[in-house]
Amino acid sequence: MEKLNVFASRLLPTEDFVCSGHRACQGCAEVLAMRMVHKELGRNTIAASATGCMEIITSPYPESAWRIPWIHVAFENPASVISGVEAGYKALMRKGRYPKRRINFVGYGGDGATADIGLQFVSGAMERGHDMIYVCYDNEAYMNTGIQRSSATPFGASTTTSPAGKVSIGQQTWKKNVPEIMAAHNIPYVATASPSYPFDLHRKVRKAADVEGPAYLHIYSACPTGWRMRPELAVQIGRLAVETGVFPLYEVEDGKYTITEPVSEFRALRDYLKPQGRFRHLTDDVIDDIEARLRAEYRLLEAKVRMTHEEEV
Amino acid sequence: MPKQSPSPNWQDMALGTAITEPGSAKYQRTGDWRSSGPVWDLDKCIKCGVCAVFCPEGCITMRADGYPEADMEYCKGCAICVCECWAACIAMVEEKE
Amino acid sequence: MAERKGMEVSIAIAEAASVCDVDCIAAYPITPQTHVVEHLSEIVADGDLDAEFIPVESEHAAMSCCCGCAAAGARTFTATASQGLALMHEILFIAANLRLPMVMVVANRSLSGPISIWNDHSDVMTERDVGWVQVFAENGQEAVDLVIMGHRMSEDKRILLPLMVNFDGFILSHMVEPIEMPTREEVKKFLPDFEPQQRLDIDNPITMGPVGMPVVYTEAKMAAEWAVRDAYEPMVEIMGEFEKEFGRKYKPVETYRTDDAEILLIMMGGISETAMTWVDKVRDEGVKVGLVRFRMWRPLPVDDFKKAIAGAKVLGVLDRHFSPGGPGGPMAQEIKYMLYGQDHAPKIVETVVGLGGRDVNFTDFDQIFDRCKTVLGGAPVPPFELIQVRGGHYGKA
Repeated sequence: MEKLNVFASRLLPTEDFVCSGHRACQGCAEVLAMRMVHKELGRNTIAASATGCMEIITSPYPESAWRIPWIHVAFENPASVISGVEAGYKALMRKGRYPKRRINFVGYGGDGATADIGLQFVSGAMERGHDMIYVCYDNEAYMNTGIQRSSATPFGASTTTSPAGKVSIGQQTWKKNVPEIMAAHNIPYVATASPSYPFDLHRKVRKAADVEGPAYLHIYSACPTGWRMRPELAVQIGRLAVETGVFPLYEVEDGKYTITEPVSEFRALRDYLKPQGRFRHLTDDVIDDIEARLRAEYRLLEAKVRMTHEEEV
Repeated sequence: MPKQSPSPNWQDMALGTAITEPGSAKYQRTGDWRSSGPVWDLDKCIKCGVCAVFCPEGCITMRADGYPEADMEYCKGCAICVCECWAACIAMVEEKE
Repeated sequence: MAERKGMEVSIAIAEAASVCDVDCIAAYPITPQTHVVEHLSEIVADGDLDAEFIPVESEHAAMSCCCGCAAAGARTFTATASQGLALMHEILFIAANLRLPMVMVVANRSLSGPISIWNDHSDVMTERDVGWVQVFAENGQEAVDLVIMGHRMSEDKRILLPLMVNFDGFILSHMVEPIEMPTREEVKKFLPDFEPQQRLDIDNPITMGPVGMPVVYTEAKMAAEWAVRDAYEPMVEIMGEFEKEFGRKYKPVETYRTDDAEILLIMMGGISETAMTWVDKVRDEGVKVGLVRFRMWRPLPVDDFKKAIAGAKVLGVLDRHFSPGGPGGPMAQEIKYMLYGQDHAPKIVETVVGLGGRDVNFTDFDQIFDRCKTVLGGAPVPPFELIQVRGGHYGKA
């Protein structure tokens, strides 16, 4: 689908709500993803941000990159804040004190704000059923504070608090599967996405905005600085992540799983790991282990697709 | 030339330290970060617009004639456009002081 | 004018939020605040109040949610206590800096550990620096009136700050008291619909909560300082308007039988109800003693306080919290700040009482009064003392 027509990119919305002059690093795919999300959501959107890269790079007083109303309160709570904004407008519209309008309410945070310190807040907001979108921009570590490991850091990655050393291979735990946790909330829409697949991403953002109730988007966000990678590879690495099975693109609509960018033949995991300094220390046997586990996880995902669609028959 | 907003006295700060001018980050000339920048060979360009889609700065726009144009005030020189260009028509060129 | 009805104070506070026609309530249950939010959720469930009741998963989320509600331009209410307030700590500063109007009722309760659900002021006194307007209620009627006035104050264009109404857990929250509850129509005249000065508005996008680099952080803090300081005048004005509308008079600092008193007991909250009865008793015995009570705590009503204690020789300060290894109780410290270096300043006898639900009764007031009397008689001012403690504060039995 992504490769159907090279000129299709000209069909994507172009109005930018996160303007040039933001202070993201060279080749930041997180801000790229965020700009895509807001291009799709458009003007009638209110955003609540976690503390983190996407907050500091867009809002050093007195200059803001935002062209939509935006609020930052703290690190862990954008889901709560935006749920409050949503409830506030819901009450005001119902009471006739604000004109009835369709507004997209979006809370977002990085993987630390989502998988670690803010997990409870995201869970609470999703469970309460607010008509909102929560977006996790996952760059797989605490990049803003200097590349410390989070529970979303992949196995084997070297970070400043999970450094590869003489007796350690780096991160020793497997990446926490937050999209699955959110799917377990039985919310109407959960999806993974990547800015390397812009059509898929735009389509999922549109779905997330259109469903009634909470939607969760988990977006792969390459971080050249934190991954010790050449900045020009930030988009390419996202494709490799999908093609090697590291980051499958799928969606869960009312409990039904669909792989939106199916991979029939996986590329070797080494192709994905090689350009990234954070994985440079991994030995062949470790890479083989990781690859085996990724395949098993993909098979599980495929099984979920089959199981959830069998019900229809 | 983009202007820099002054550092205000406390009495002149917006209520709640809010920023009231949307998109005022445009005053930040992040192009200063760049040591080399993209140069298009428009003869080879197929006007597909992929460079604009993947530019993290959002500084590439498609002109009325269909060709891309980069606002070098903001280009940080990441070279994603070079890497992603289908027609391989963009080259990174080092910029001297 | 409405009639007085006996009702539990927590229930009355919920009714007060309801007659204020609040738009959003985000709250998490914690003893002894629970009856407030239980009753509010009942009112909403019965359709008697058109509001969003957001049953959040923690107090931190409650305060975060309230920030969102207020930033949307909704009239916002919440209630908490103790650990809940402590969990909100981080967000309290931010709500104030963002200048988000809201009213939070705090059923004052001690902080762990050991865990205690009972009353003292350790929860609120550790939140003095958050930049909120803070007031203390003595009785149920006052708590109700402060909730109503609180919304008006919080939303006043000259204030635009979150406001905390403190009332003592259990000893006030669970009491049944005679309450005069105004109707929603009466309140509406005093408290019109909230028209936010600024909000998250898709037609006029602003960026709220940006990064404060060193070049602006100091200025932001100065703005916060004057925001709270400048709340004083409009608060007094609103108290005056409330009196005109509802007939009950409130001022920043309350006094009881202070004329000609040589010794004044200083306190805040519900124990002054007992203290007034005690003052009556010892006044009958011919002793010149009176009582001064802070209603307004932030902004600190320095001039009102100085006026209230003018002429007194000894102040017996009753704190309900103290800083271990530090300078004693917070109220006494702030009173010292107000009086230090002043000619003929009264001597200050600091006592900490009523921690974690320990009753404060006439015997305690007698003991505090005795401490003051020795100082009045010329004895040196003793160090702060936690009375009521078995074993004695300084090892004296």
